[in-house]
Order: sequence, then C-alpha cells, then structure tokens
Amino acid sequence: MRPETDHDESVPHTHPDPGVDPHTPLAPAGRALRVGIGGPVGSGKTALVAALCRAFAGELRLGVVTNDIYTTEDADFLKRAGVLDPARIRAVETGCCPHTAIRDDIGANLDAVDELAEAVGPLELMLVESGGDNLTATFSRGLVDRQIFVVDVAGGDKVPRKGGPGVTAADLLVINKTDLAPMVGADLSVMDRDARARRGDLPTMFLSIREDPTAGRVAAWIRHELSHHRAVAAVPVGPA
Amino acid sequence: MAAPSLLLLLADGRFPAGAHAHSGGLEAAVAARRVTDLATLAAFLRGRLATAGLVGATFAAAAHRAAPAADRRARLARLDTELDARTAAPALRAVSRRQGRALLRAGRTIWPHIPFADLPGAGGGPHQPLVLGLLGAAAGLDRTETALAAAYGTVTAAASAGVRLLGLDPYHVHALLVDLAGACDATARDAADAADGPPEDLPAVAAPLADIHAEVHATWEVRLFAS
Repeated sequence: MRPETDHDESVPHTHPDPGVDPHTPLAPAGRALRVGIGGPVGSGKTALVAALCRAFAGELRLGVVTNDIYTTEDADFLKRAGVLDPARIRAVETGCCPHTAIRDDIGANLDAVDELAEAVGPLELMLVESGGDNLTATFSRGLVDRQIFVVDVAGGDKVPRKGGPGVTAADLLVINKTDLAPMVGADLSVMDRDARARRGDLPTMFLSIREDPTAGRVAAWIRHELSHHRAVAAVPVGPA
Repeated sequence: MAAPSLLLLLADGRFPAGAHAHSGGLEAAVAARRVTDLATLAAFLRGRLATAGLVGATFAAAAHRAAPAADRRARLARLDTELDARTAAPALRAVSRRQGRALLRAGRTIWPHIPFADLPGAGGGPHQPLVLGLLGAAAGLDRTETALAAAYGTVTAAASAGVRLLGLDPYHVHALLVDLAGACDATARDAADAADGPPEDLPAVAAPLADIHAEVHATWEVRLFAS
C-alpha cells in the first residue's frame, strides 16, 4: 500500500493527535450559559421553557434541548407554540431513563448541545429541559451550569418538605401554578417556610405562568446568572 | 488477561456511552409480540449475540488489530465501509454511528491521550465497534478482551431493556445472561480469530427481521428507546 505521508514508516514515531486539544479548557464562560430545567411530570417545565423563550426573544441567542421519556412531545409543543425557531430546538431520546440522560450518562445531551451550536452558530443561553421525573432527579454539572427545579402547588404543598436533591440543591426552586392554590387547598406559606428550611440561602420563586406568560422573575434571575457567567469569562485565565 | 479491570470498566452498563437509551432492537420485537417472556427473550439474546454480537465484536477486534498499524487510517476506512455493507438497515447504521460518537466523546474525555483523529465517519460519526477497538487497544486490553466488551454489550443492553419493557424479574434475566456467558466468551474468541482475515472476509451474519424491525421502529411517533 502506498504510504499517505513521505515519512519512513519503518521508523517508529508518533504524531500529536489533531483531534485532541492539548490546552486546558477555557473557563466555561466561553460558551453559552447552560441552564437545566427539571422537576416532576406536569409541573410546568415546558411551559416555563416557552415562557423564557418569549422573555428572551430578540434579546439573547437561545437554544433549547428537550429530554422526553417517550417521544418528542415537548420539542413538538415548543415548535407548535411558535416561541422559538424550530432550528433552535433539539430533542434527546432517553430510553426509559430521563434522569440517566441528564446525570449519569450525559453524552446524548452534550451531542445535542454541540449540534445546536453547529447548526445555528454560537449561543448565549441554552435551556436543557429534563423529562418529567421524580424528586430525586438532578442535572450533572458536566451538562449544565445552573439548574432550576420546578414543582407545582397542585402536586401538594408537602413537596418542598419532602426535599430530595432537586428541591434542596437546585440553584433556583420554582413553585409553579400558584393560581391553582385556592382550588387545591395548597397553603403557599407552608411551601415557602418548608422551602426556606430545606434550601437555606438558595432562592425560591412562586410563579403562575398563566398570569405571567414571560416568567419575569425567573427570566431576571437567568439574566443575573448570565452576567455573572460572562464576567467569569472576561477574567483572563492563567496557566493551570 | 491483559487489563481485567479496564475490561470490566468498558463493559459496565454504567459506562457513560449512551447504551441506556438503546434496546438493541428489543423494543420493536416486543411490540411485534415476538418477544413476550423469558423464553423468547433468551432466544432473542442468543440470536442477537450470533449476528450483531459476532459482527460488532469482530470489527472491534479488527480495529484493535489496526490500531498500531502504520496504515491505520486506510485500514479503519476500509473497516468502516465493510461494516456499512454488513449493516443493511440505514436506521441501524445511524444508530451504530451515534453510539460510536457517544463512546468517542467518553473516550476522549476519559483518556485524553488516545489518538482518535483518524477514525472515519464524517457526518454521523464513526461506527461504535471501531471506536471500541481503538479504545481497547489504547487502554491496554488485548484483542479478545476488546471483542468480549463488544459482544457482551450487545446482549446486556437488550437484556436490561427486557427488564424495563416486559417487567421481567431481573434475577431471571440475569440468570439468562449467566446461561449466555459461555456463548459470549466463545463469540469473543471467534471474533478475535476472524479479525486476522481480510476485511471483506469478516463475518457478515445478519437478521433480516431485526433490520426490518429497526426501520419500522425508527418511524414510531412514541418509543421508549432510541433503537
């Protein structure tokens, strides 16, 4: 066989692998801020994503990755809702295990993140929505920079007290559907007290997307996190 | 054995290379009522080992063999073409490349010194067995161990999907895997031996029904597994 290079192939030698970047990684801020949105089934994750798409329309270069358990339902909902260019939405299939795809084995989500950036150019904010799961599901820090956990008052006002890593450790806890509280007999003050007890100084926000279709306070929180993320990016990175 | 702990690591279903999202064709077979219980799952796994298992293991072993070669890029390109030819269903070619991409991502992060740049597969990624072969070689596994990781993976992914899809007793399903262990080891040895042959002579066993199922499955609107 004709050698592909003019080296003497009988002499053992190696080449640096052009596919491996020998430099230490940039600070994570060199890329989009990735925000994970998790929480139980039906708590309003997709509605929150849609609200944030409306809030950031014309303001930020935004992409969305969804993780449905069975189907591309959430991605399809967002496409139908017309809140974001369909080219900026990717769906990941999770094989019965939505929590595995966001926590233990994040490759498919990272692929989707990369594909989005390749398809539509550099993004400033990437929302990664988990499949509806249970109170134990959290995102890997290898996948997202910040995570929002969404529960709703109709799921019962005991949910914050039950805790779990989503409730206790998410960077932001959103208690959604406050408009339903009187109808389901949920006591928001109990939820507030329990959330504070579980979360210490971490923020909790009450939300009714029905009444606030751009989720104003959540969007403001993300803007704040984004400015912090950018500030970190602007600091020169010294030798590792 | 050259590197038993690394073999266990690569063969572990918890290794983050995306295996959890794939049923190895089982989801479609269950929907078609061809796999309904432990006995039919056992037959499915045996068939899968003898077809996709043997072919995948052989190509992993052949990539392992090509890894130190001076003309490795050309050899890997040849193996890529040959594996495409053995994967009749376009949906399964895409799945193999997607899983290859996932394994490549894991490999590049976990073993940053391993050279992967000459893997073929522009657009869609490299075939999974080829990535596994290079990974096995660079991690210090011998050829048979590398083939074993491939063969073992083809049956364990489908077996664990069986637990989830059919609600089978996990102890009974693992007893099936124990029954299959000898066949799995033998498949790895056969694959390692076959990898010495020219690429066009490598095993080309396939299951047409599995190919048809895969094509149908890819069109489903609602599914639990990516394949």
